[in-house]
Amino acid sequence: MLFKVMAKSSFEELVGLLLESNEVIGPRMKTRHPDGKGVHQFLPITAFADMDLDYEKSEYSPKTYFLPFKENLSTYRFQGGDWEQEIKYRIQPRAIVGMRACDINALVKLDKVLLKGDFPSPYYLARRKNTFIIGLDHDPCENGFCASVGSDIVSHGFDLFLTDLGDRYFVAIDSDRGYRVAANVEIRDPTEADNEAYVQTRNRIAKGFKVEVSIRNLPQILDLEFQSPVWKKWGDKCLSCGSCSAVCPTCYCYGVEEKVAMDFSESAKVKRLYSCNLYDFAMVAGGHNFRPSRESRLKYRYYHQHRGFVETYDEPKCVGCNRCGDVCLAGINPPEVITDLEKEAAR
Amino acid sequence: MSVILHPYDVRDELEIQKALDFNRRKQLKHVDKVHRAEITNVVELTEQEKLFHIRILDAQERERFSFLPGQFVMVELPGYGEVPISISSSSSQKGHIELCIRKAGLVTGLLHACKPKTPVGLRGPFGTHFPLGKMRGKNVLLIAGGLGLAPLRAPIYYVTENLGEFADAHIIYGAKRPKDLLFDYEYEEWRRIYGVKLDIIVEKPDEKWDGHVGLITQLLDGITFDANDTYAIVCGPPVMFKFVCNRLRDMGIPMQHMFVSLERRMHCGMGKCCRCNIGSTFTCIDGPVFDYWSVLNLKEAI
Repeated sequence: MLFKVMAKSSFEELVGLLLESNEVIGPRMKTRHPDGKGVHQFLPITAFADMDLDYEKSEYSPKTYFLPFKENLSTYRFQGGDWEQEIKYRIQPRAIVGMRACDINALVKLDKVLLKGDFPSPYYLARRKNTFIIGLDHDPCENGFCASVGSDIVSHGFDLFLTDLGDRYFVAIDSDRGYRVAANVEIRDPTEADNEAYVQTRNRIAKGFKVEVSIRNLPQILDLEFQSPVWKKWGDKCLSCGSCSAVCPTCYCYGVEEKVAMDFSESAKVKRLYSCNLYDFAMVAGGHNFRPSRESRLKYRYYHQHRGFVETYDEPKCVGCNRCGDVCLAGINPPEVITDLEKEAAR
Repeated sequence: MSVILHPYDVRDELEIQKALDFNRRKQLKHVDKVHRAEITNVVELTEQEKLFHIRILDAQERERFSFLPGQFVMVELPGYGEVPISISSSSSQKGHIELCIRKAGLVTGLLHACKPKTPVGLRGPFGTHFPLGKMRGKNVLLIAGGLGLAPLRAPIYYVTENLGEFADAHIIYGAKRPKDLLFDYEYEEWRRIYGVKLDIIVEKPDEKWDGHVGLITQLLDGITFDANDTYAIVCGPPVMFKFVCNRLRDMGIPMQHMFVSLERRMHCGMGKCCRCNIGSTFTCIDGPVFDYWSVLNLKEAI
């Protein structure tokens, strides 16, 4: 990895240059929570000042620019009792500025599922390669436990990653594209003092985590506690609304539906992100439901995050952002559920 | 001076420009592009099930399309939807497949109303297959309950077309009522094939029925085999294959010598939509064919 140092004013200049000819997405404050905290979302910006780079975490993950909630997989045009299939992939480039380490790590996990295994997805690849990513380090957010799942440090999956050193940014460059874009503004090699300041900042961030979740033995505990009353306890609270998956930066499951135009001239095959907590997730034709209870669906979600994914990729699917816990109307959150399971296993 | 990010067109990738072949799993391809195909023949099997003969239209695509017994395809009726269906025909036929489909939902309901020449989309083949190569020189038990004969028909074809590779082949089939029996016009042919035994049992006979009556496990009572030299393929509803496999296990067949085919909801067939996940295993990628030992180790599989 290549490291450089950039003045804060140069960064502003760089974003300005990107804005001149490209779509740029950044963290914007849309409104405030009742307690006064800002509500942030990744949205298109028109000026550097539109962004609030000091945000903690966005309500929704920027995953939506890679896996949109709705995506047209193909279009069928009907004519004379026959049809033609048309498929389009994203071609327009864009830049996302200010992504946090957890969200970039989430993309790296999605890359593994959607690009590195069987049947790589051209839809995702097109969006991934057409997105220029500038990440930005931040002190731990309030409920996040990314350090516990190893997602507080990002080593690849971005173009540029910035760490705030007061008056300047320490810049990690992970791609040739990133190098060429950064070369448009004043950028210099880090000095000994820069390196030291960077390490100190990283140490400060690492010490700032308030929430810690022990996941070391979790895959095994999930197997042992498959019939545990803990699932009933949390499952009974679950409203099966699917909000957790909607905000999750790594949830990728989906359903496909076909929509016919009013004049029957064409039909769209639309992919819509789904949630394993929704009632009909595993229901088959004829009416049989493989996971009819809320408890079984909630359990499956945790099972996939911390057992199934680990089995395949040697790491949990969870990046510890705790968005699912923040958004849950019933107050179900991973740190408490996992702690409950561990207690149950130790009993 | 300005920074222009260059557009990237995924269609420029050399890999994706190669001819569509779903058997090349790692290759980047138009994963949602369908083979254009048409229904060439519809055979009514029972009140609920029909057999659809489907042919891929493009000659080159037809030549490339190959599958192994146990695999499935995604069949699409544009404007309605897509359904996963296991292939019921012989894997030695190129680009021509037969699908036994029960009228169960929106798409299958509409398929039942389709006539020959209806254009359909086909993706696949997907999934794992019955490892018939491993069964070379061994006895093979082919056991199906109800609609399970649909996925079992492909290995039955394989075995009857390659009898020299197997020691003994025994087909055992059970259904609820005589009128539920699938492919009843083919039993006579299977019976007459050298070295193939066929036993059929129904649970609720009608007045014309003169065969076995009872549960499928009863048919296992009378048979003798060298357990270590026997493989079994068991297709049917989970309650059925659970009883059958447990019975075979008690008779001495190693659990890794028994293969079952699982069914789940599917939207992609490629391990992406997660709908068919069992615990942490994808039915579409790691299955639908599993050995019984793996099934027992899957949480919530049966």
